[in-house]
Amino acid sequence: MGGFTLTHFLYLLQATGWTVVLTLLAFVLGCLAGFLVMLARTAQARWVRGLSGLYVDVVQGTPLLIVLFLIYFGLALFGFELPAIVAAALSLMIYCSAFLGEIWRGCVQSVPRTQTEASECLGLSRWQTLRDVVLPQAMRIATPPTVGFLVQVLKNTSLASVVGFVELTRASQVINNSLFQPFLVFGIAGLLYFALCYPLSRLSRALERKLNGGRRQPA
Amino acid sequence: MRYQFDFGALLPYWSDFLDGALTTLTMTAFAVVFGLVIGILCAIGRRSASPLLQRLCGFYVELIRNTPYIIQIFFIFFGLSSIGLRLPIFAAAVLTLVVNVGAYTAEIVRAGMDTIHPGQIEAAQALGLSQPQIYWDVILRPALERVYPALTGQFVLMMLASSITSQISAEELTAVANNVQSFSFRAFETYIVVAVLYLALAVLLKLAFYGFGQLIFPRRRRLGTPL
Repeated sequence: MGGFTLTHFLYLLQATGWTVVLTLLAFVLGCLAGFLVMLARTAQARWVRGLSGLYVDVVQGTPLLIVLFLIYFGLALFGFELPAIVAAALSLMIYCSAFLGEIWRGCVQSVPRTQTEASECLGLSRWQTLRDVVLPQAMRIATPPTVGFLVQVLKNTSLASVVGFVELTRASQVINNSLFQPFLVFGIAGLLYFALCYPLSRLSRALERKLNGGRRQPA
Repeated sequence: MRYQFDFGALLPYWSDFLDGALTTLTMTAFAVVFGLVIGILCAIGRRSASPLLQRLCGFYVELIRNTPYIIQIFFIFFGLSSIGLRLPIFAAAVLTLVVNVGAYTAEIVRAGMDTIHPGQIEAAQALGLSQPQIYWDVILRPALERVYPALTGQFVLMMLASSITSQISAEELTAVANNVQSFSFRAFETYIVVAVLYLALAVLLKLAFYGFGQLIFPRRRRLGTPL
């Protein structure tokens, strides 16, 4: 038994780096998949909308932990030995895609219909309409909730500790197992998470306030 | 490589799954009730005249909303036992859930309260309503009615997040799954079954909240919209 030393702290910092790596990996992959989900959710074909809606409902109705176990244990059975970080990134990507797809669908659909109709009149193709007319407007609305969701992803990377990927949560568990000073160790881990998440939360709120500038209420 | 699915191997464990699902629901019920109380008190605290109380409630909400639930569990559960306070695991799990969901509830309820027009409150004051009357009849009830969908959505998410309490071996659905898969060596099937059970619980909870909403908000029932 010893005290909490600088070495422990550096170990935690290094693990924080892995948390950030996993967050970025999951978020980038999740954005790509979420974009596809958004396209499917706003598609013209009914069955595409229905199927993607089912996907969103299933993912949003299942705990991320269970998705993680399914991927980690499940894919191993089919002969893919996944490193923990890949399993974690994959399951976070699925989680991300369902939530971001649904957030972005709302943003795309909040762009006034007349914009799409006008583009049709001008003879723009569906893809052109989306790329040049709808998306630029939707992106403005989508930025605050997307940044807000990034906080969720960052927090949820902590679940990767369960399959043994050494990120911040796992690292603090390892240290606590040797020191058994839970208030101190998990307190520091919590503060490190807070230091990452809080600025993002503030940014999301500031962006939202800027967006609603016209409708701002006196505080 | 072909994998042969064998869900039959899980049949002997059906009562374990059922127990786990019931524990998850019980934990959720406790957490919803106490979390709502804490959330409402905290939302009122953030509107209070005392800057200290405002700061304190704001600090609690921001701290919880910006740290992962699993860290909160470890902090509370292992922390309390390190100072000699050994809670039963079920109570500890519910405690962490309440602390967690209380902060989210506070933020949602506060947003609802902010939508109440100041004119309404001034009118109530002019009519001579007492402070508790104003809070209950003019601010809180309409506010809760407006944020009811967001609130219940958060509670469903919390039910799903309660799976994380399996990490301190609270005997809920996910912990049951972990046990069953280690006995039956059928990990994939077990987690598929549990995923389906969670889906069913989520749908059940949504329906229950919808029905309850229709019951306690007559206006929503008659008009189909809140206020």
